[in-house]
Amino acid sequence: MKKHLNTVYVTTPGAYLSLEGEAILVKTDGEVKGRLPMHMLESIVCFGHVGISPPLMFAACERGICIAWFTERGRFQARVGGPVSGNILLRKAQYRSSEEPSCKAQIARSFVIGKIANCRSILQRNVRDHPEKAGSDAKEAVDALSGSLRCASECLDVDTLRGIEGMAANYYYGVFDGMIHVDEDSLRFRNRSRRPPLDRVNALLSFIYTMLVHDCVSALEGVGLDPQAGYLHADRPGRPSLALDLMEEFRSFIADRLVLSLINRRQVTPSGFTVTETGAVLMDDDTRKTVLVGYQERKNEELRHPFLEEQVTVGMLPHLQARLLARHLRGDLDAYPPFFVK
Amino acid sequence: MTRLYSDDELLALSLLQHIMFCERQCSLNSNEQLWFDNKLTVSGSQLHRRVHGDAPRREKRGDVIVVRELLLCSHSLGVTGKADVVEFHRVSINGISMEGCDGLWQPFPVEYKHGKPKVDDCDRVQLCAQAICLEEMLGAEVPEGAIFYGRIQKREAVVFDPVMRRTTCDSASKLHALVEGGRNPPAVFRDGCTHCAMKDACMPEVTGLREKASGYIVRALSGNDADG
Repeated sequence: MKKHLNTVYVTTPGAYLSLEGEAILVKTDGEVKGRLPMHMLESIVCFGHVGISPPLMFAACERGICIAWFTERGRFQARVGGPVSGNILLRKAQYRSSEEPSCKAQIARSFVIGKIANCRSILQRNVRDHPEKAGSDAKEAVDALSGSLRCASECLDVDTLRGIEGMAANYYYGVFDGMIHVDEDSLRFRNRSRRPPLDRVNALLSFIYTMLVHDCVSALEGVGLDPQAGYLHADRPGRPSLALDLMEEFRSFIADRLVLSLINRRQVTPSGFTVTETGAVLMDDDTRKTVLVGYQERKNEELRHPFLEEQVTVGMLPHLQARLLARHLRGDLDAYPPFFVK
Repeated sequence: MTRLYSDDELLALSLLQHIMFCERQCSLNSNEQLWFDNKLTVSGSQLHRRVHGDAPRREKRGDVIVVRELLLCSHSLGVTGKADVVEFHRVSINGISMEGCDGLWQPFPVEYKHGKPKVDDCDRVQLCAQAICLEEMLGAEVPEGAIFYGRIQKREAVVFDPVMRRTTCDSASKLHALVEGGRNPPAVFRDGCTHCAMKDACMPEVTGLREKASGYIVRALSGNDADG
């Protein structure tokens, strides 16, 4: 199985990356800060004002290394890649199935089932590992999610599936705070707030979700799927609906668990954030770095893929699932098999 | 010849080798535009780089003119591609004239392969297709060619007899049918899959069993329910 490679996160303002043989030369203020061999890389992610020379862009595209720019706060700005990958037959199959109600619902259902099952697994695990802390509401939420799963597995209507998914998210986020084990009022989670995040936990969740969406977009583009034509998420210009669909089954397993462990291991602290006048919460540079290191480490963890029955890394999951979706759309698999946390 | 293909319909000559080896691999290459490198394909392209390297495009060695990287096409087979090397051997009859050289010359395609001679005809068919291209483009007779195998560092002679030509035409027809159909043949897991660079994209173990994905979902849900 393809190896999961590293992502370089460049967070230093004013950094300039250029090509030197088979390596990336990193400079700030004209001073050489280091060299990175390119063969170990899967993508280069830049935050804020970071420059990259055209020859390095070409060399990266040729090797399938994706380059993306985000603002310091993690808003996506630009991506550089080679020619459109994949093929028109796959994209046409994708568009057809996204227009055809029963195909659309069948695929949307897989995403919903994957999401709910994995949220439930995270909760179950917490109940198992911390039986004294997990209250009866956590157990109730697990049962409620089992109910949602049963409903979803029998549902072939996208609107109803969205409703089931929304209810399940309420059950899950309703007991999410119970998985935070530090006694710090400013690190409590009350409810999900996104635009803007109104507490520190939401700031962490939003930032990692953004990184995860980016990885899902790359994964889909890598297999030649259009990240904008989704099944569960409705079409909206500019919205990467399919990437959001694909991300659903990974949210709790990759992002939420990382946020919880960063907080519970006290790797992030309340002082690492800025609360602005409107109540919006921003991460400070050091916190952002800690989160990015944590995210890369999470991606390097290994597990056994339940469907492929192969040892893979967490970072490979979006690529593998994108490939499985492509295989389903091209008629090689009778359904889209979501990733289930064991 | 049943028909002539238009320029628009020409397919990569190298796909003939893939369709001989595995129809699904060929379909993933052509219909899905998928290509992955592994150790074997990388050493293959390194060998090709060594063959071509800085060598002149054309050189004369006594009674042989060596031309590298010749672009080819055949409208009867409907393929286009590149020959690694075409030698032009001096002959007294059935040859063509070459610019800047006196006498008659007969084309002799040579293909470079990294591995060792294969049991099946896939390499020979690729070479035969090159011969058919040369015949069509130059109006020459191309009765023979050779495949150089890197592993044994030896040439294997190939005679383009009627049987070989028939096989080549049949594979070209099959290739065109595959591309026109636009569908992938189902995967069949076999020994060759282990070393195939396309294995990760093909997923022969899971795509070969067509009912597995829905069954997997049902099993995962019922299993989770039990301990939930």
